[in-house]
Amino acid sequence: MSAAAGSNGKTAAAAKPKLAIFGAASCGGCDVAIVNIHEHIVDVANAFDIVLWPTVMDGKYSDIEAMADHEITITLVSGSMRTDETVHLAKLLRRKSKFVVSFGSCASEGCIPGLANLSSRKEILDTAYSTTSTDNPDGIRPIWEFQAPEGVLHLPEFEPVLRTLDQVVDVDYTIPGCPPESNQIWAALEAVVKALNGTGPLPPKGAVLGAGESTVCDECARKRDVKKISKFVRVQQVAHFDPEICLLEQGLPCNGPATRNGCGALCPAVSAPCIGCYGAAEGVIDYGARLMAAYASVVEAMKPEEIDKVLDGIPDPAGQFYRFSLAGSLLRSGRSAWQNDGE
Amino acid sequence: MERITIDPVTRLEGHGKIEIFLDPDGEVANAYFQIPELRGFERFCVGRPVEEMPTLTNRICGVCPEAHHMAAAKAADAVYHVDPPRAGKLLRELLYSAFYVTDHTTHFYALGGPDFVVGPDAPAAERNILGVLAKVGMEVGGKVIEARRNGHHVIEMIGGRKIHPATAVPGGMTQGITEEQRAEIEKIGRWSIEFAQFSLGIFDQIVLGNDAYKEMVLSDGYTHRTYYMGMVDPNNKINFYDGKVSIMSPDGERVGTYAPAEYRDWIAEHVEPWTYLKFPYLKKVGWKGFVDGTDSGVYCATPLSRLNVADGMATPLAQAAYERFYETLAPKPESGGKRIVHHRLATHWARLIEMLYAAERMVELATDPEITSPNVRTLPTEKPTEGVGTVEAPRGTLTHHYWTDERGILTAVNLVVGTTNNYAPMAMSVKKAAQSLIHKGTIVHQGLLNRVEMAFRLYDPCFGCATHSLPGEMPLQVAIRNSDGEVIELLKQNC
Repeated sequence: MSAAAGSNGKTAAAAKPKLAIFGAASCGGCDVAIVNIHEHIVDVANAFDIVLWPTVMDGKYSDIEAMADHEITITLVSGSMRTDETVHLAKLLRRKSKFVVSFGSCASEGCIPGLANLSSRKEILDTAYSTTSTDNPDGIRPIWEFQAPEGVLHLPEFEPVLRTLDQVVDVDYTIPGCPPESNQIWAALEAVVKALNGTGPLPPKGAVLGAGESTVCDECARKRDVKKISKFVRVQQVAHFDPEICLLEQGLPCNGPATRNGCGALCPAVSAPCIGCYGAAEGVIDYGARLMAAYASVVEAMKPEEIDKVLDGIPDPAGQFYRFSLAGSLLRSGRSAWQNDGE
Repeated sequence: MERITIDPVTRLEGHGKIEIFLDPDGEVANAYFQIPELRGFERFCVGRPVEEMPTLTNRICGVCPEAHHMAAAKAADAVYHVDPPRAGKLLRELLYSAFYVTDHTTHFYALGGPDFVVGPDAPAAERNILGVLAKVGMEVGGKVIEARRNGHHVIEMIGGRKIHPATAVPGGMTQGITEEQRAEIEKIGRWSIEFAQFSLGIFDQIVLGNDAYKEMVLSDGYTHRTYYMGMVDPNNKINFYDGKVSIMSPDGERVGTYAPAEYRDWIAEHVEPWTYLKFPYLKKVGWKGFVDGTDSGVYCATPLSRLNVADGMATPLAQAAYERFYETLAPKPESGGKRIVHHRLATHWARLIEMLYAAERMVELATDPEITSPNVRTLPTEKPTEGVGTVEAPRGTLTHHYWTDERGILTAVNLVVGTTNNYAPMAMSVKKAAQSLIHKGTIVHQGLLNRVEMAFRLYDPCFGCATHSLPGEMPLQVAIRNSDGEVIELLKQNC
């Protein structure tokens, strides 16, 4: 991409707003989703001087360090804060950028890896280095500063808890999703380009870009009859789900009612429940609390044994209600465990 | 002791870092390749319902989520002792074949291929997808974009989403495909066969038609004699979705072929305190450190490994390409065993042969009379216990192993992921590159970076699985230290 930007000549490149794309602890899916805007990637290269995108193109951190504060117009940060190095880089990019966008679920709410906050750092390391196929009789663990025979080797410190980007630096905008759908990424970038051109409004600070303002249910094609259910089921207990009726009304715990729309309700369309990857719907303060309220409203159970039966269908409440949002949730699992060191 | 740090990361976590130490004579004393990140899936998946594993473990890697999705679904099948209906398995394999075409396309054109297509001596800034387009033309660029778009479209049709699919569940798939979708997939499959042949043609023209490149492929600096691993069908032909795992010795002798559930009899993982990633090795041979040869348990699991392990390809065009590959690079077996290619750069060629196989397999599957059957799921009837699921991920054999309680809630999880298999060979390739370019304290600066970079890229390392960087684009920082530990040279790329 640097070549494309450079091919327009140095002067043109210098006049363009600078864009940085940085992945902290992530799976790379956010980067693949950006690449999947296909031909539009050329539009992005034309609109911006891409100063950093280490997963895809050349770019030097030393150049970022050398930049003036706020010299980068926009930085997209995907991934969560898992080691002291990610935290350092997030702070550096914040300082150098006018706008910081929390890109995707990991940065915004912790995503699946945020479930690590249910365990202590010791439990996570002990598990990883003593699994059934691990040959580790001496109980070796990674050491941040290891004295090898030839010299000292450094590793970034695995922090006691995983944190979201906004628990580390100030965030201007959020693009939700795991990963964000490519059409939405392009829509968000296009809006930003217009704002920078002066042909469109600048979104207010804190805005959620590239998503809707209601819930997945609102864009789901399945029919709802506001029917009550007497129990939840698990996918392996039911041979066939009606392709046209709401999955929740068929007893499958679907996260649609609490989840922000924008994905196109892709999962329910293939008979898979929404798992909540677009995060909390507009105005929702706590994702899990909203989902619990939504479930409570469809459940018909009065007697204790009926309630027990209902709960059997949700064998992992922490995962069901905070699958993507634990680290960033009101439970503040991130903050409290951080303060207590989690050990 | 002098020290050279190739830090793929200045302060950037999650990529990789190489420390090269020199002895007082200025020769390489040792090289360490560090992976500086862990996320801890094996811990935090405990307590989750097993049917969620195909979607939870997608998030291990956004480059190859399809591989984790399938390995997890197969492990969940095994936990419930349930065999999906034939149509369910065909659909999973169809999604997986489309993924292989897409993934290998990305690697050849955007990540690893630029080294060859643009040229290993071209400036690093040109060795990227744009450099490839400049050399082969925008028309080809359009085809590459079309191939990736096609592949993701098929993945979305069957899996519901382009990245992180949603439809594989214990016992099969949530739903089948329509005749209309099938016809579109068949068409894309046929287009993909042509595209794979076209890509092999480019390789022929640019690499095989150039003596300097050919010489480099065959050079000792890029040669390692290790064991090889790959999944095969009952006829010892490559299969990506299902089969047994086979091991080939460096001499071309088949060491053994095992059912995935027996993986612990065959492999173990070594731990070093200076890195977050473990080093798998062949248990029966043993961990002897970062060395190659028959006495070392180090093995490799890549497209080249799979060709070396297999007796051939299960589809006709890919089989012809396979024959040509060995006739060109290893016309005769070294010692009466199977023909083996140890030249690591040939991995790029092997990848294109696999792309052709995956495309042909797409068409086979899309034209199977059962592929549109709505009978894609078998309900489990037995109590869940323990299960292993293995697929051949593009970057190596991928194994998920789960234990659950009687409700199907996970009590333990073990994962041996694709790229991890190749961690030790990659570390060795780095050391070898360093040893051949550093003598008496004299360092070939750019040459060293190029060599190290190319040595990495052929493995298509995807530390999304281990960490997060996209395959082939590993930022590198090399610090070279003297015997007092002072940095005498700092070389950087992509960071």
